[in-house]
Amino acid sequence: MIDPMFEEALRILTFQSGFNSAVVVAGTAALGLAGGTVGTFLLLRRRALVSDALSHATLPGIAVAFLVGAALGLPERSLPLLLAGAVASGVVGLLTVQALSRFTRLTEDSAIGAVLSVFFGLGVVLLSVIQNLELGGQAGLKTFILGQTAAMAQGEAIAIGLLAAGAALAVALLFKELRVLAFDPGFAAVQGWPVGALDLALMGLATLVTVIGLQTVGLILVVALLIIPPAAARFWTDRLPALTLIAAVIGALSGWLGATLSALLPKLPAGAVIVLVAGGFFLLSFLFAPARGLVAAALRQGRLRLTFAERRALTDLLDGRPAESSVALWLRLRGYIQDGALTAAGQTAARAAARDRRLWERFLADYPALLPAHANWGVDPIDSVLPGDMVRLLEERSAPS
Amino acid sequence: MQYLWRTPGSRTAPEEASPIGPPPLEIRGLTVAYHRRPVLWNVDYAAPPGGLIAVVGPNGAGKSTLIKACLGLVPSVSGSVEVFGRPIAKQRRLIGYVPQRESVDWDFPVSALDVVAMGRYGKIGWFRPVTRAHKEAALHALERVGMADFAKRQIGQLSGGQQQRVFLARALAQEAQLYFMDEPFAGVDAATERAVLQVLRDLDAAGRTVICVHHDLQTVSDYFDHALLLNTRVVAQGPVARVMTPDLLSRTYGGRPMPAPAALGAFGAEAS
Repeated sequence: MIDPMFEEALRILTFQSGFNSAVVVAGTAALGLAGGTVGTFLLLRRRALVSDALSHATLPGIAVAFLVGAALGLPERSLPLLLAGAVASGVVGLLTVQALSRFTRLTEDSAIGAVLSVFFGLGVVLLSVIQNLELGGQAGLKTFILGQTAAMAQGEAIAIGLLAAGAALAVALLFKELRVLAFDPGFAAVQGWPVGALDLALMGLATLVTVIGLQTVGLILVVALLIIPPAAARFWTDRLPALTLIAAVIGALSGWLGATLSALLPKLPAGAVIVLVAGGFFLLSFLFAPARGLVAAALRQGRLRLTFAERRALTDLLDGRPAESSVALWLRLRGYIQDGALTAAGQTAARAAARDRRLWERFLADYPALLPAHANWGVDPIDSVLPGDMVRLLEERSAPS
Repeated sequence: MQYLWRTPGSRTAPEEASPIGPPPLEIRGLTVAYHRRPVLWNVDYAAPPGGLIAVVGPNGAGKSTLIKACLGLVPSVSGSVEVFGRPIAKQRRLIGYVPQRESVDWDFPVSALDVVAMGRYGKIGWFRPVTRAHKEAALHALERVGMADFAKRQIGQLSGGQQQRVFLARALAQEAQLYFMDEPFAGVDAATERAVLQVLRDLDAAGRTVICVHHDLQTVSDYFDHALLLNTRVVAQGPVARVMTPDLLSRTYGGRPMPAPAALGAFGAEAS
């Protein structure tokens, strides 16, 4: 039972399960890549939730576009028409958020909440109306809410891939401009950059990713493709180019794996599967990323505590006081004590620890202004941080008289 | 629409500031209001060329607002601002800016060098990446504030004073003629205070004009040549010896009379 499914998964992952499935998986991966790149700057500009309002606001546009298509007598649903409707009402929603937060006392988050729910509610009502009209071709409309890769035609997948690549390329081209916009818009404006136009370009790219993601991921969850990859990538690096790249890779992997999974399990909504895969990447990053991950931080903190406990116990032993039992076990493991007394190695380490502490304390007392900010003073051995003549001076000053 | 897409790098060449030329900064009748409540009232000011100018006044006097309105960052109700005789929008290349440190998110994923390189973006222009020459210029600016060792540090790992010096280096990298600085001495350590002061003196020696919001009355006369006393309107302006008087200061700060800066200085020395 497992084996044929595993083989099928392998075939889809390696693009060998027929041309159509390969195109869909590649198109979804490209969508994830674009989401990660554009999302990086949305997140840094603090516009992530605005794009959530945008995506929810597309629903009434989709419904109205469907009704217009039916009124024009189009035989079945026309995707370009529906997406045009989505863009139109998405942009109206976006402008409403901006108008509400600029011209009223409402904060942006309440404006977002109001617009998001009202537009989505309107869309749901319109969809129910359409259902009661019993028009043809409406079966696919619901897929816009939760997404479905199976519904994607080959040509649509190729179009999605191309548009997504275009969005990622635009970010690469505007990299420097978006960096200064997101970090310090006031400075950017003083330097003469058109801050309003750059913000417009960024929201335009977010709109593009949202609309091409509607079919695959669905409008409820498409915002996750913009937010989760950069949020996960932030745990791995402190550099913007690397952040953008890692977010793009996480987004692309989520699209690729998610589309594969949902091809295997066609009954599950594709959007949810893709977002859950991205969520898995987030969880892994949050826990295990070496730069800012939870485990790494706990390990660093634990190591530091252990270092201090070890030094304290060693100097205590040197002064004839016994070490605490918890640390004593550690010292035995390191070969510093045997039968409650310092070994030769323990003696050496204890003297070094006592000297380091004495000299650092002298330095702290005499030269507080010279504390080296680029080194872990007080933790690292003093000889590895301060120049030799300074250490000799401190030794003279701290010599017991 | 055309303005939106003009390259910041394609401005006209700087005009030499001569004693008879237009002043570095000329403000006429500037009034700014937040929600119909004026915070700056009919400000007229002409900055002397090549001076270090302190903008002094109590909290809420509109000191930062004055700088931001000059730079076009907050809208004005009326009035005009000219830089070397032309509207500020045409003179962006001549302006350097040090905002308040609190105005940005210091957890942002950039290094000190990345931030200083932003000062070069105007010269680099649209779409082009930051070249090695510009990175070297940025590194040189970091050297001038004593921060070259920290070039690769993520900015969130720097102390407050070091962050302030990074902002100052970014303005130096702009190679401007007229600098606006919003409280560069606020809450900094002694090393940073010395570094900022040295930069101000270097800029002064090179004939640049610096307009600086400053909160510490004790040091105004030591650090600056000119002062602009502000409390919603201009109370006084001119050389520090002439305007930093008990009478004018008490009129600026309102209510009770203020001790003279000399007396404040003596008090400060006594206390320490």
